[in-house]
Amino acid sequence: MRRAIWIVALTALLAACAGTGGEQAPAAVEDRSPGAAPGAQSQGVQGKGVTGVDLTGTQAGAMSALKDPANILSKRSVYYDFDKYDIKDEYKPLIEAHAKYLRVHPDAKMLIQGNTDERGSREYNVALGQRRADGVKGMLKLLGAKEDQIESVSLGEEKPKAQGTSEEAYAQNRRSDMLYKGEY
Amino acid sequence: MQRTPVRWNRLVASVVALIVLLAAPLARAQLSIEITGAGANRIPIAIVPFAGEAALPPGLSSIVRADLERSGLFRGLEVPTLIPHPTEASNVDYAEWRSRLADALVLGSVAARPDGRFEVRFRLYDVVKQTSLGGVAFTLAKEQVRATAHRIADYVYEKLTGQRGVFSTRIAYVVKRGSRYELQIADADGAGEETALASFEPIISPAWSPGGKRLAYVSFENKKPVVYVHSLLDGKRRVVANFKGSNSAPAWSPDGSKLAVSLSREGGSQLYLINPDGSGVRRLTSSSAIDTEPRFSPDGQWIYFTSDRGGSPQIYRMPADGGPAQRVTFDGNYNVSPRISPDGKSLAYIARNDGKFQVTLLDLATQQTQILTDSDRDESPSFAPNGRMILFATVIGGRGVLSAVSVDGGVKQRLTVTAGDVREPAWGPFIK
Repeated sequence: MRRAIWIVALTALLAACAGTGGEQAPAAVEDRSPGAAPGAQSQGVQGKGVTGVDLTGTQAGAMSALKDPANILSKRSVYYDFDKYDIKDEYKPLIEAHAKYLRVHPDAKMLIQGNTDERGSREYNVALGQRRADGVKGMLKLLGAKEDQIESVSLGEEKPKAQGTSEEAYAQNRRSDMLYKGEY
Repeated sequence: MQRTPVRWNRLVASVVALIVLLAAPLARAQLSIEITGAGANRIPIAIVPFAGEAALPPGLSSIVRADLERSGLFRGLEVPTLIPHPTEASNVDYAEWRSRLADALVLGSVAARPDGRFEVRFRLYDVVKQTSLGGVAFTLAKEQVRATAHRIADYVYEKLTGQRGVFSTRIAYVVKRGSRYELQIADADGAGEETALASFEPIISPAWSPGGKRLAYVSFENKKPVVYVHSLLDGKRRVVANFKGSNSAPAWSPDGSKLAVSLSREGGSQLYLINPDGSGVRRLTSSSAIDTEPRFSPDGQWIYFTSDRGGSPQIYRMPADGGPAQRVTFDGNYNVSPRISPDGKSLAYIARNDGKFQVTLLDLATQQTQILTDSDRDESPSFAPNGRMILFATVIGGRGVLSAVSVDGGVKQRLTVTAGDVREPAWGPFIK
């Protein structure tokens, strides 16, 4: 008799545990692909007690704009003359586009990395790279991005994109890169 | 708040990367030293192999000789096999040593002790004056041959030059091999290197604490410059400055109680004081220019630093607790990386001359400057604690090497590693 009560109790407990796994709802991922069977409302895991959570949905379009080679937003680099940090006119449309993106996406966060060529003091180059990154940040803020969206840092001469000691390599390395969260 | 998990992931990833790096078998990276210039008047010295030194791992008397020769102030004489083998207890035949053109002579002996350790005794003689200059006895374990040889060389150097020797000191530097960076510590002769930190991101600007137990440095392991203090004995690291923006250029105050750093947290690179535990941040400069590369004067009164407030990077100094800055360098349009000599009387820095970056020495009293090198990519000068030599990074044949030059420009050495670039040297303090 006592044993029978235990079995009933354990069975009830197991059922309760299974219940917390979910409401047997289908995964909330809609299939809009052309080949989807007519009438299909959902796909993926069915009847296994898993509820899908999709955090990518609202960001998907935005991210593709940042990655789309045809979109100016996919371009991220500003280049400088030797020992200079002023932003040349040719880069202003690029910075304006990213400022607009940051305005439209107030949750977006950006890291700007300033870089220098390898000539001169490593520490002075950290400061020079910082000034370049600060310059881009300043322009983005003037165009409406918010302070807490952007961090400007310097990599100095430490992470050269181009190797070697040619003027072409140096020109590649005098650069600020705008990176969005998840890209660095 | 949303940043927190990402930060943690990144931190965990960095820690894992560091552990993996440290656990990987360490490639040998010993520095080899080549003497490329010597002083004009070197003291001829005979260092007789110590009686019984074969009982120890090899090197005792030869390391003493190599140390002294590397200083550029001594010339070691070849010594034939002598029978009976003289020791510090022998009567010295001065006429014989004079005929061998020795001005100085070192004799010694090694004896095993019942406890398994060894006793090394030696004596230094002035052959010209025919007198003993003194001697010392050391007790050592057999692993301490190198350290003992350096102490004997320090003794000889001080007796014969009047200056403290630096053979027992250590140097820190960064080796880059492929995508791997190692912060290493070695004896001043480049031997016995140990890796304090290995990383896949750059490490720059190591700075020794005054007691030689800790290193401050800048690591990019979080994708931006962050200042750390690293305890060498137990490997414990502490973040000292990780503010928004860049955190860089640490320099210890002479009493070790403060660090001067360059931070961009309020926009632009500006100088701050901070405690070595990261507390007590205080802004020192308020310019719209770059202010970086701070260094305390040995008396703690001044901070020398690099600033472009005058239009080009030049060296300035200001009172260590803040106040108006005075310009220190005037010649040329690129003078950076100030380092004050241990006696406070001269300033070593890097000057750009016709596109060449060279170690330059400024006598602060007379304002005379002297370019000390003929290389063209010099960086990061660092005084030996006795002030006689300056260690610096340069590029020879496309590779990063360390060089050392005496403050009179006469003695030159080059330190290289196999298959890698060496940079960012920092000469450690005297060990008490």
